[in-house]
Amino acid sequence: MNGIKIVVLAKQVPDTRNVGPDAMKADGTVNRSVLPAIFNPEDLNALEQALRIREKYEGTTVTILTMGPGRAAEIIREGLYRGADSGVLLTDRAFAGSDTLATSYALALAVKKLSPDLVIGGRQAIDGDTAQVGPQVAEKLGWPQVTYAEEMHFEDDRLIIRRRLERGVETVSSPLPLVVTVNGTAPACRYRHARLVMKYKYARTDTELQSESTDYIAGSRPLIKITEWDVEAIEADEEQLGLSGSPTKVKEIDNVILQSKESRQLTASDKDIESLVLELLENHTIG
Amino acid sequence: MNNLFVFCELDEGKPADVSLELLTKGRSLANTLGCKLETIVLGHGLDGIENELFPYGVDVVHVADDPALEHYRTMPFTSVITGLFRQEEPQIALMGATSTGRDLGPRVSSALHSGLTADCTGLEIGDHYVKRTDTTYKNILYQIRPAFGGNIIATIINPDHRPQMATVREGVMKREIVNRNHRGEVKKINVSDFIKPEDLVVEIIERHMEARRVDIKSAQIIVSGGYGMGSRENFGLLYELASVLGGEVAASRAAVDAGFAGHERQVGQTGVTVRPKLYIACGISGQIQHTAGMNQSGKIIAINNDPMAPINSLADYVINGDVAEVIPKLIKHYKANAR
Repeated sequence: MNGIKIVVLAKQVPDTRNVGPDAMKADGTVNRSVLPAIFNPEDLNALEQALRIREKYEGTTVTILTMGPGRAAEIIREGLYRGADSGVLLTDRAFAGSDTLATSYALALAVKKLSPDLVIGGRQAIDGDTAQVGPQVAEKLGWPQVTYAEEMHFEDDRLIIRRRLERGVETVSSPLPLVVTVNGTAPACRYRHARLVMKYKYARTDTELQSESTDYIAGSRPLIKITEWDVEAIEADEEQLGLSGSPTKVKEIDNVILQSKESRQLTASDKDIESLVLELLENHTIG
Repeated sequence: MNNLFVFCELDEGKPADVSLELLTKGRSLANTLGCKLETIVLGHGLDGIENELFPYGVDVVHVADDPALEHYRTMPFTSVITGLFRQEEPQIALMGATSTGRDLGPRVSSALHSGLTADCTGLEIGDHYVKRTDTTYKNILYQIRPAFGGNIIATIINPDHRPQMATVREGVMKREIVNRNHRGEVKKINVSDFIKPEDLVVEIIERHMEARRVDIKSAQIIVSGGYGMGSRENFGLLYELASVLGGEVAASRAAVDAGFAGHERQVGQTGVTVRPKLYIACGISGQIQHTAGMNQSGKIIAINNDPMAPINSLADYVINGDVAEVIPKLIKHYKANAR
């Protein structure tokens, strides 16, 4: 196997796993600013798989591709610290409001432009849990897909992939090109490497360079640029992006209001707990 | 034409529970819409499969029977289904949110450029008015699901594209036989019309499917733990209580993510929906993704030391205290009083 060109699909997501009470604004909308923005966890599992392949096959390159606002460059730097070779930030106002299908359209165009042999992404992002973007990109590229990957290796020119399904394990083999989505049960991503942190700490997109003073950034180091692509760069049709390119629309957003029951409040005292147990036995809920 | 389609997934050669649940929901939606309920089943050696589907009120069963379809593979299944959908132009297509449905659904929606909503917890028919164009969309599918980590409930619609696609987890919808003697029509699909040789490049080398060992869905009593349990070891307490009461242990997503319990025990939007007689929520805060999977329980006991935990407002009994103190007391008093 010669060097393989790998693109890792990654997303910057609000950390919805630890949403506190202050995460909702008074008007019921989500207060994104209080949620830390993180590298989507399963995309890190995907990056690890890519780095493992690179270790085995000389000449392999790993490029992170992400779509998002300007600050999503943060996760490209995070990927570079952990061993990725380069990154591309797909960013444009026209992308805003894209559903999974419009997102896949844009990502597929960017993938075509990068012309990799293998695309690896996380199974799903924690802010939507849809698991749709990987397969939708594969369909737009006309490539096969293998989802729920947990382990992969090459045998000759075919990739052998172990899939973790709800009810078991399946091993499949596929030629390249291919889209793979990686499960959270796959090995965790390696940590940042101190040397790489030093090297890429000041890697910036053009937009970031415009808004920051370059003096302290550049210093005596060579400036490392993170590639930034807009709608024009990927030759996308704006009609297929954003709200106009999204078949699904949000009709309504409701705050979660739990219907209150009349709850009986009890303490941890023996007296309270014994009376509860007796009551449940009495009405045959238990026993 | 423009009927409601359900993808019928097979589990060991039998229609999967989730597919039968969707046929039940599909029948009631089709009645509202005044359209037919159709289903498509793909596999090999499917003779007589329609007899297991007609009792759910299915009008048409499309059967794709071919050795290449024996086990689920993305590309050949996608080609057959998109091929059929291009001919039949369904208005709605429903699939189970299983490993298979979540692999297949997005692929089909991408091929047909139709929207797909994952993991719906509710499906309804309604109208949608767009002020800007003064247009009313009549009788479209409301796809209701928690979003953004369960902090909001979103109603998603798909006004301009067909089919309107949605996936639903097993156990969310109820399964009900309409009429055991109901008979519909069987239509055989000529598989070679749709499958191309390049659809078969991915080969299955090995499959190990496990029988479902843990079955929290059918448990009458569920002792469920959340992130507040603190550790996998503390989950041991839950197993003790469950075994004393004759119940099963379940967990919230946060607890599963933290490694306290296996995914097969997860209750909630991305896990299993349960309706036990008694649900004991230990150290669970009660995010909507979790409560969506248990709020139809007969009785709910919440044990935690957070008076503000959302689960408390759902619970019939709230025990304000430390789980590690309360559970042994529950066991003690149960043993002392039960006959």
